[in-house]
Amino acid sequence: MTETDSRDRLHADLEHIWGNPRGWRALSVVNHSVLGLRFMGTALVFFLIGGILAMLMRAQLAMPDQRLLGAEFYNQAFTMHGTVMMFLFAVPMLEGLAVYLIPKMIGARDLVFPRLSAFGYWCYLFGGLILISSLFLGIAPNSGWFMYTPLSSAVHSPGSNSDFWLLGVTFIEISAVSTAIELVVSILRSRTAGMSLDKMPLFAWYILGMALMIVVGFPPLILGSILLELERAAGLPFFDVARGGDPVLWQHLFWLFGHPEVYIIFLPAAGIVSTLIPVFAQRPIVGYRWVVLSIITTGFLSFSLWVHHMFTVGIPHLAQAFFSAASMLVAIPTAIQVFVWLATLWTGKPVLRLPMLWLIGFLVVFVAGGLTGVMLALVPFNWQVHDTHFVVAHMHYVLVGGMFFPLVAGLYYWLPHVSGRMPSEHLGRWGFWLTFIGFNLTFLIMHWTGLLGMPRRVYTYEAGLGWDLPNLVSSVGGFVLAIGIATVLLDIALHFRFGRMAPRNPWHADSLEWATGTPPRAYNFASQPDCATRHPLWEHPGLPDGIAEGKHWLATVEHGRRETLGTDPVSGKVREIMRLPGNSWLPLVIALGLAVVCISLLVRSYPVAALAALASVALMLRWSWVNGLHPALYDESGAFPAGAPPLHPHTFDGPGLWGIGVTLLSNASLFLALLFGWFYLWTVAPLWQAPTTSPLPATTLLLAGLLLTAATLWMRRIVTRLRSGTAARLQMQLWGVAGLGLVHVAVLVQVLIAAPLSPTRTAHDAVITVFLGYLLLHAALACVLAALQALRVRRAYVGQHAPYETVIVEKWWSYTLLTFWLTYGCVVLFPAGWGGG
Amino acid sequence: MFLVAALVLLVVVGLWVRALYRTPPDHDEAALRRIGRRWIIGGGIIVPGVSIVILLAFGIPLGHRMLPLPLPGDQPLKIEVTARQWHWDILYPDHGIVSTDRLVIPAGRAIDFHVSSADVIHSFWIPRLGGKIDAIPGRTNVLRLRADQPGHYRGQCAEFCGTGHAHMVLAVEALDAAAFDTWVETQTP
Repeated sequence: MTETDSRDRLHADLEHIWGNPRGWRALSVVNHSVLGLRFMGTALVFFLIGGILAMLMRAQLAMPDQRLLGAEFYNQAFTMHGTVMMFLFAVPMLEGLAVYLIPKMIGARDLVFPRLSAFGYWCYLFGGLILISSLFLGIAPNSGWFMYTPLSSAVHSPGSNSDFWLLGVTFIEISAVSTAIELVVSILRSRTAGMSLDKMPLFAWYILGMALMIVVGFPPLILGSILLELERAAGLPFFDVARGGDPVLWQHLFWLFGHPEVYIIFLPAAGIVSTLIPVFAQRPIVGYRWVVLSIITTGFLSFSLWVHHMFTVGIPHLAQAFFSAASMLVAIPTAIQVFVWLATLWTGKPVLRLPMLWLIGFLVVFVAGGLTGVMLALVPFNWQVHDTHFVVAHMHYVLVGGMFFPLVAGLYYWLPHVSGRMPSEHLGRWGFWLTFIGFNLTFLIMHWTGLLGMPRRVYTYEAGLGWDLPNLVSSVGGFVLAIGIATVLLDIALHFRFGRMAPRNPWHADSLEWATGTPPRAYNFASQPDCATRHPLWEHPGLPDGIAEGKHWLATVEHGRRETLGTDPVSGKVREIMRLPGNSWLPLVIALGLAVVCISLLVRSYPVAALAALASVALMLRWSWVNGLHPALYDESGAFPAGAPPLHPHTFDGPGLWGIGVTLLSNASLFLALLFGWFYLWTVAPLWQAPTTSPLPATTLLLAGLLLTAATLWMRRIVTRLRSGTAARLQMQLWGVAGLGLVHVAVLVQVLIAAPLSPTRTAHDAVITVFLGYLLLHAALACVLAALQALRVRRAYVGQHAPYETVIVEKWWSYTLLTFWLTYGCVVLFPAGWGGG
Repeated sequence: MFLVAALVLLVVVGLWVRALYRTPPDHDEAALRRIGRRWIIGGGIIVPGVSIVILLAFGIPLGHRMLPLPLPGDQPLKIEVTARQWHWDILYPDHGIVSTDRLVIPAGRAIDFHVSSADVIHSFWIPRLGGKIDAIPGRTNVLRLRADQPGHYRGQCAEFCGTGHAHMVLAVEALDAAAFDTWVETQTP
């Protein structure tokens, strides 16, 4: 057999294992390239909808006293414009780009939880459709994209407008968080052989930062949305002053998410800049470590400055000074990056191709936005321009400059990767200049409109206040901007048909994604290379051929299963081979189930919602069944040469352990937000009402806690024994753990029923009820998981030879125990210590 | 502040454009690293760091002076403002005067506005007199303002509060001290 024959044979075999089906079966695809493109395509459609809303608003504001849109529709339009651009365009677009690129950049064949990528996409699509449908039904959310309560409460917004926002956005956030979890674990555990952390492409660092920020930053808003929806639907008064709640709590929860959100959007875009600049400057980036340090600093700082959105709420002066300083400090890591890029260009030999043009546009717009941002962090200035068009102009400079311009640069840069064709330089330049001029025409003058005193979110204004001309200019600029964006989209669409064929690695880039075919195969790499350098393609131009010929890792296909390398998170040393699940209908079906939950909550048909929720959970458990040693992933007949890395189910530290770790981090963020809410209301709510004696039976709860502790310790002992090599009576023991847990659940249910709680009368009792519900759900799931493990031991999917899953389940038990005792301390002991209540 | 910001923007963009079009001399690796470090530490840390310190040194005391702290001598006039969809209820507690959507104040004297809300969150703002403060149900926030000149001003709600938000306007008139006293007398029941 000649070399070409064996190479073709290898690719045919890999295609057979990894290939994506066509026709209606394409809906079951879990491949990251396909899903990344689906994310981006869908985000583009939502972007156009958001853009049309913006055009309608600019048309309405072009002249004073216009009657084009009424107040009601205008309110829906600006609420939906913000919501769509933030939740349905910016985050999914960037996550989609990451889903497409990350495995290729780190030399992997797919993300480590392929079904989760598909699930994330379907949740996003259905959530987005539900949210957008409200526009066509004429009942779109109308309280502004940050949904300040009490305006969004049942009293002041009795229709289902707000429900669409709360439920739809929560649904979409499930997608954002699950995709983020997957990205974190993939970046940390599936880099190709030898790619240590300090050899990782900067883009992966940025995505790691973004994903961790999503994991920690989204849960406070998810909690806020759940609480507000509970208040609206069930009357639990978390934000109602009269019953001991506080509307400002919503603002804290919202901006705890909302400010990191800005950096969640900015980081990946800056990652695009840091990837493109060295390629077009034809030299490695100057100050790799500085960039990594900036990413980390930005991530931490961004969680300490949410209050700068609330300077006019009446916050104590000292706190204002603190948050003002923190807000300005975040300028430093950003400035470091700007100067890293400058230094790279300064010492390189830049070529001015189309993507570079967009990067220059990015620089001008973003730096201008950053500077007005520093001004806004100054409290006295903030008091003047807060909630005016000045802020509208500022945030568009930051978001469009910081996200949209780099995004378009990145799209042009990676287009040849997707299509195998080069974009045009000519039409593309027209698109850039129209967009750039249109954007500045719209928003530069809007700063002035704001300084003249025009508040944001007014659907019309009187003539003669000096606002007429600047508004007209902004509207004209807005339409130029729209034409510019249309030109860009036209250019991109035309290139798929008329672009000239791209050579391999057309921009002479350094990173591994250009070592795949263009367009790539579903498995990316026929064999996974060793990569001990930051610039593999610059140092080894022949690498792509070696990869395609199967000269590196994992070029064996006889087992017929999907495989990718699992490596050490720091050193990149090969640790195990990960078996990945293939195409599945479950992600789509479960997302559909959740969509039914969402819609039935919207129409308040709770029995249907409960049924659909139960069905979805059952299907998720089925999903978890096809794992580890399940025959779909594992075959004993496969020949494994001696000394080859083990398959991941045989290890104690597979991707699942990292997955549960990141998931619990996200969960802990939600729990901490709940604790924050409890203490916040306790200390700040103007009419807080705590009863003199706690409504909770301290002794019964103590008993419940001891039961849970016993069950968890038993679970941990099982794991310790597995680690030391004994698995005697494993099944029986797991049944025992589940049974003990079940008794704990029964006691909790009894407490919930018997305790004299009146959750609709005081915020105090409402929060306690949420705590109990949280504990109950966690304990119940822990029992189910332990029972499932017992069943899997019976099937020999789990055991001494395959301890991988038991370790994961043990983490859930430990987390449940931790939150139980924290709750006990804060809800039962703390009020007693406080004195009464 | 705007001039400085514009200058910073021009310098940064100018440097970038210069970097794009210049032909770099051939440096060795050590020299390159030195140049890079100079840019990053100088432009990325020192310049913004110093600017922030200056801004805060100037901004925090300024913010402090805007607080409604006790004044020596002439005490500020207290006015209670209650916002509701979509009107402003004004009460002069010392004189027992009430009005809606119309505010009369003495020029040249500090006024403490005690701002609250009867329904959703609003924000009390008279752009030409200075900062704004949110009107939040269950709380009372205090904002101190002073009109230096007699005249007519326009106040408006700055926090989105529903369909009538755009029309939630407050007509403000500042009178000189004597005229204000006369006005108070005509209004007092």
